[in-house]
Amino acid sequence: MKRKKFLDSSFAAILLSVLIGFVVGAIIMAVAGYNPVAAYIAMFKGIFSRPKYVTQMIIRSTPLIFTGISVAFAFRVGLFNIGAEGQYIVGAMTAALVGFKLSLPPVIHFFVVIFAAMAASAVWGGFVGLLKAKVGIHEVISCIMLNWIALYLNNFLITLPGIKKPNTEASYEALETAWSVFLQNWKFSDNGRAFLADHPVLGDILLKTDLNYGIFIAVVVAVIAWFILNKTARGYELRAVGYNPNGARFAGIDVQKNVILSMAIAGAIAGLAGALQITGTVPHRISTLSAMENYGFDGISVALIAGLNPLGCVLSGLLFGGLKYGGASIQSEIGAPSEIINIMIGTIVYFMAISNVVKIIARKFKKKAGTGI
Amino acid sequence: MITTVFLALNITLIYAAPLIFAALGGIISERSGVINIGLEGMMTIGAFTGACVGYYSQNPWLGFLAAGLAGGTLAVFHAFASITLMGDQTISGTAMNFIGLGMALFLCRLFFDGATMSQPVPNKLPKILSPFIKGTDNMILNSLNTDITVLIALLLAFMMWFILYKTKWGLRIRSVGEHPAAADTLGINVYRIRYICVILSGILAGFGGAARSLAVVSMFTPLVISGQGFIALAAVIFGKWTPQGSVRACLLFGFAQALSVLLGGENARVPSHLLAMLPYVLTLLVLILFVGKSVGPKASGVPYQKGMR
Repeated sequence: MKRKKFLDSSFAAILLSVLIGFVVGAIIMAVAGYNPVAAYIAMFKGIFSRPKYVTQMIIRSTPLIFTGISVAFAFRVGLFNIGAEGQYIVGAMTAALVGFKLSLPPVIHFFVVIFAAMAASAVWGGFVGLLKAKVGIHEVISCIMLNWIALYLNNFLITLPGIKKPNTEASYEALETAWSVFLQNWKFSDNGRAFLADHPVLGDILLKTDLNYGIFIAVVVAVIAWFILNKTARGYELRAVGYNPNGARFAGIDVQKNVILSMAIAGAIAGLAGALQITGTVPHRISTLSAMENYGFDGISVALIAGLNPLGCVLSGLLFGGLKYGGASIQSEIGAPSEIINIMIGTIVYFMAISNVVKIIARKFKKKAGTGI
Repeated sequence: MITTVFLALNITLIYAAPLIFAALGGIISERSGVINIGLEGMMTIGAFTGACVGYYSQNPWLGFLAAGLAGGTLAVFHAFASITLMGDQTISGTAMNFIGLGMALFLCRLFFDGATMSQPVPNKLPKILSPFIKGTDNMILNSLNTDITVLIALLLAFMMWFILYKTKWGLRIRSVGEHPAAADTLGINVYRIRYICVILSGILAGFGGAARSLAVVSMFTPLVISGQGFIALAAVIFGKWTPQGSVRACLLFGFAQALSVLLGGENARVPSHLLAMLPYVLTLLVLILFVGKSVGPKASGVPYQKGMR
């Protein structure tokens, strides 16, 4: 009984898609003349062979989890948030500015930075919702335009005196009081150093990476987003708007308000990703961007692989971040282009698109196994 | 002054041409009822294939055709998922963007010694007046001497308008995108029309990619397509899913780009990053002030199953 349930579930479809992604990646590498087994071994070693690598992978995945939740949240309300990219930039920008312009006690400074960044990106995202609700402008267009506006705004700010650090292409660093690095003070204290010298695994994790509170906050945000969507009256309204706007309107739900609200929330979540990147990881500052960093666009895939479930975004964000991080080892160890990772992720997403068929295959497989043929 | 006007016109057209190709692709696909947000990926694979074939064969036209073929091939996968398997079109399109970019860079490293940039092609696609005005210093003539891709793009836009609104084929395409079940009862093969339109969309996006890597610049780089596919997608919606509207949107965008180029330079009064922002701000403003609500084809994004109402 249990087995049947598992194979019918979307989780099985996701696992099968991931598996197919790896198989397709292997075939392409083999055709190109690389040994896929060696490549995957190099990739897994690059992620799991040292505590430091695992930690690094988690740090890389953290922003993707947030942008994934952001996209998933808006999607459930029927909105395609292709603008998480810009919302991320606005969050990072605000966090950096508040991080070095204000001087406040530790912890308080961090929270001020985070709330300022979330407020700014909520406005940025909410603007898209406002345009959609009041003027009828498709969210995809305004998101795409606002992404680029955010990018150039970021670059413009960095040219201003008082923000640009002389002789760099970047801003000043956020003050240490705003940082969210895990045990920042303790790990470099005499006590901390002595303790970590005796515990090499912890030392590897804490001293050689920027492990920060971001991943914990990501899990909390995922739970909150899931709770709001599934367990509250507001979430019911939001999902109703996504499922059938006309029906929702007929039922007395204020569609316009919910559209604006959901984009603001999605914006705040993506902005949080940017803010935590500034407070949590070196170099704690914004730099001139010559192109999109793709946190937002990758977030779309994270959300889709997770089947638009905020909790699932934690796992798919880790998968995505892991593939990206481990993919670098494929290039350095085997010489195969690391872009194979993009093809694999694309394949996984592709099979998620046709997950109804994947489920049928899974069911057939079960039938065969069940009847003993 | 007059030379500046012509220069602005030239930049507008050169910048708009690749967008027009891709936007036309978006229109034909969505008009038949299939959303294609994979335009970016199809442009990227087109840009690479164009530059790669153009480099090895030394013939830009061969590169241009190969680019269409590459974009079309990627589109076959999108069509298969969206039409035959009735999958989610937005998700499949997102996958196309990853696979298109991934494939382009993967193949580029294989064909160009591990670099993510191709070698410059020996011959770019020609300019329209080059045979007639060799070596002239006349700025106006030089400005009018625009890429041949501009001409092709505008011609294709006109053709698509004609086909969509003046022929029975166009009527069929539009009916399939609005009400596939009704079209089906009249004996129109919904699946076949959608397949043709989606594959055409990939071919056009591939051309758009090659228009950048074989005409605007002369090589493939990872950033030669950086968001153009998404801008084209925006142009489709901006132009309310019509060829003429989208051409206008692409031209507006190109014009804003030209403004930011011409206003910039050594002694510009406006900071360059703010100028770079101009096309996007202008597009948004025009949308808010003049365009407003846009509604797509009714069945766009909905898989069609025989017997469905």
